[in-house]
Amino acid sequence: MTQETQIPAQDLPHDAALTHFAKSRRNQLIRAAVIFAGIALVPLAVRDTYLQNVMILTLLYAAVSQCWNILGGYCGQISLGHALYFGIGAYATSVLYVNYAVLPWFGMALGGVLSAAVALLVGKLTFRLKGHYFAIATIVIAEIGLLLVHNWDYVGGALGIQWPITGDSWATLQFARNKLPYFYFALVFLIVTWLITFKIEDSSWGYGWRAVKDNPEAAESLGIEVFRSKMAAAALSAFFTAVGGGFYAAFVAYIDPESVMSFRFSLLFALPAVLGGIGTLWGATLGAALLIPLTEITRSYLGGSGSGIDLIIYGGLIMLVSLMKPEGLLSLFQFRKGRPA
Amino acid sequence: MTAQALLQVLVSGLLMGLLYALIAAGLSLIFGLMDVVNFAHGEFLMLAMYATFGFVFATHLDPVIGIPLVAALLFIVGAFCYAAVVRYAMRAKANIGMVQIFSTFGLAIFLQGAAQYFLTPDYRSIQASWFGDKTLNLAGVFLPWPQILGGLVSVMAFGALYLLIARTDLGKALEATREDQGAVALVGIDKNRVFAIGWGLGAALVGLAGGVLAIFYYIHPQVGAAFGGIAYVTVALGGFGSVFGALVAGVIVGLVEAVTASILPPALKNIGIYALYLGVLFFRPSGLFGKL
Amino acid sequence: MSAPSVILETIDVTQRFGGLVANSNVSIKVGRGEILGLIGPNGAGKSTLFNAIAGARIPTSGRILFDGHDITALTAPDRCRLGIARTFQVPRSFDSMSVVENVMVGSFVRASNAREARQLALETLHFVGLGARVEDPAIQLTPPEKRRLEMARALATAPKLLLLDEVMTGLTPSEARLGVELIRKVRESGVTVVMVEHVMEIVMPLVDRAIVLHLGALLAEGKPTEIVRNDAVISAYLGDRHRAA
Repeated sequence: MTQETQIPAQDLPHDAALTHFAKSRRNQLIRAAVIFAGIALVPLAVRDTYLQNVMILTLLYAAVSQCWNILGGYCGQISLGHALYFGIGAYATSVLYVNYAVLPWFGMALGGVLSAAVALLVGKLTFRLKGHYFAIATIVIAEIGLLLVHNWDYVGGALGIQWPITGDSWATLQFARNKLPYFYFALVFLIVTWLITFKIEDSSWGYGWRAVKDNPEAAESLGIEVFRSKMAAAALSAFFTAVGGGFYAAFVAYIDPESVMSFRFSLLFALPAVLGGIGTLWGATLGAALLIPLTEITRSYLGGSGSGIDLIIYGGLIMLVSLMKPEGLLSLFQFRKGRPA
Repeated sequence: MTAQALLQVLVSGLLMGLLYALIAAGLSLIFGLMDVVNFAHGEFLMLAMYATFGFVFATHLDPVIGIPLVAALLFIVGAFCYAAVVRYAMRAKANIGMVQIFSTFGLAIFLQGAAQYFLTPDYRSIQASWFGDKTLNLAGVFLPWPQILGGLVSVMAFGALYLLIARTDLGKALEATREDQGAVALVGIDKNRVFAIGWGLGAALVGLAGGVLAIFYYIHPQVGAAFGGIAYVTVALGGFGSVFGALVAGVIVGLVEAVTASILPPALKNIGIYALYLGVLFFRPSGLFGKL
Repeated sequence: MSAPSVILETIDVTQRFGGLVANSNVSIKVGRGEILGLIGPNGAGKSTLFNAIAGARIPTSGRILFDGHDITALTAPDRCRLGIARTFQVPRSFDSMSVVENVMVGSFVRASNAREARQLALETLHFVGLGARVEDPAIQLTPPEKRRLEMARALATAPKLLLLDEVMTGLTPSEARLGVELIRKVRESGVTVVMVEHVMEIVMPLVDRAIVLHLGALLAEGKPTEIVRNDAVISAYLGDRHRAA
């Protein structure tokens, strides 16, 4: 054997490489702790109720988009029907609480399980489809869900469900005056989804999903069950999206089909991750931090009369970012320095 | 249901279906040419309806006269959208599928916003026209003239499209570009020009549909969303890229919708189309005439 | 059969595409530990047979046996777990991932956690000579490096049989020499190698035995020295042009 095949001079000892990687993972965790702690302190400075509401929505959308990112970003299945799972969570939580006095905490969990089951059913039907066929199928299936809820009297039909007015309580997740508890709930929810993503990134599921996204045929040749892999991503993604929906229902205390299941929401769950950086740890959070305040504030100040300026800005932003920074705005920050994206 | 009532439902469904086919044709043409789904297709329809309204408002002529002009205008809009947006989306180095989806989505929202800003969110309709509100009585089956016009325009447009693709140099260039984008460059065909023309044609087709639709349908900034949704289902049903499939699927969608509407309450009228779509999805994932 | 024991056997494998017969009744045996070349001119049905063995397509008729199992109808992932790994004619790296992450996808077949998978991936990358590029994005690799990455990814699954699809095509002579060394090293580590190649010159010095396909059927098999002198093989490769000259 000749020396040409080996490059011993440049070899790193494996232990050093492994230690280096473990250290960079630890640094990511520390950085996350600092960022989330920083976010937790923001309400101390911002007391305005309107702005606090915007922040709650931002955190919620960041978390739900993080869930979308599991299926769309890591596994590469562009779902434009996640409003279905959000709606299932919102409705399950509301129906259980309003009709059966089941606390929203359980409602969110049950809604999550139901939503994951529906996601598996949808997956069975759609994961054979490629590219645009898949995206359109998810849109249509979510529309079917919306139509059914609209015409289903048991869940309030087009009128929706009003939560009863009660005293402030963590048990029922009802806080009439002080919105801060919602802020911290949403923040913890985001942290949980972030940690799950972080954990998955360096696991067999995470690598398997990215392999499925990049090249399904090569993934299969390496022992990955592509269909099962997509199903797992869909179920996990749908479960936490529904938890987000349940929380949203508790937060606004009134839901109707259009306000939790319309196509607008499917888009809103995908966009933060897409704009921030798809398949990355911080993309959804960064995207939501830019997109949600921008849309909420332009809607309140410019679009109140239905002038359309808010839509022009919103649509223009989506076009600009997706054309000019297809890898997402996160690439401007180089968060993943030391680890190739 | 009496035989006559059934006939009424079927003929109405057929006419509406031809119009759906015309809306879907452009979407399918663009997809077949370059594998891009234009999520702003419904908004092109909305623009065409406003353009027709504007034509009537400005000239006081009948909207029918304006339809060719509207189609020509939409050709320019389509070609421009390709040159200004889609061309760049196709150059993306990362996440190209996603970039295509979201750049055209952004365009759709942008166009809706622009319509709302410049034209207000009000509902508008064309008050008087040769065809509006008039019906044809065929042995007890009542057919609104605008729908008849729509059916005729659609059939003629499909005929013209067939001739264009089969008989002209432009058609050959379209076909060749769709087969192999790299090779056409070698024979001196400018890929970007062909794509721009493809987008122009796709938009012009939906422009024809919008011109007819404006005669009998309310015009507002969100009108594209509803028809766009039907167009995506139609194209998915017929098979992406198959213009002939869009024609057949459009008619099926129209018929199914008409039958559903005659049996179920109006709120559920889309359920028939959706059920049909799910069925096709299950048994023929690439649509009736699609090749994956 | 020269090999002491047979690891892979195809029995009357036939593959039809509509009216076209890409493989007709192909029966071959691969001995444990050998390097077998599967060669033939364009359109000979090499890739079709390769895909039938790799599990990309189930043959119209016939059976495929691997290491005591009938794998004819198994999916590609199942075959991978039994010990068959492959590369692709056009390299298919996972371009959103780093080099080591690409290989980890393979090593997870046998690793029980990410640390172990990373360890195995690093070892494999050193083995194939990509030790210096482990943290680079896969998309930045040169084409010959991508071939090595695919080898590493496949080897990381700890296969008994490695299927190589035209890994030498398009390499410069010095790159090809490195490739030959690597494949020898792979065999020395106990892996059986089946390589499909279009260009005979590259594989002949490397393989223990060659099987020649022509027009979908088995044309000849034997030691490289025999094959290159086989008249049927020569005319199949060079066609009538050769005879006329």
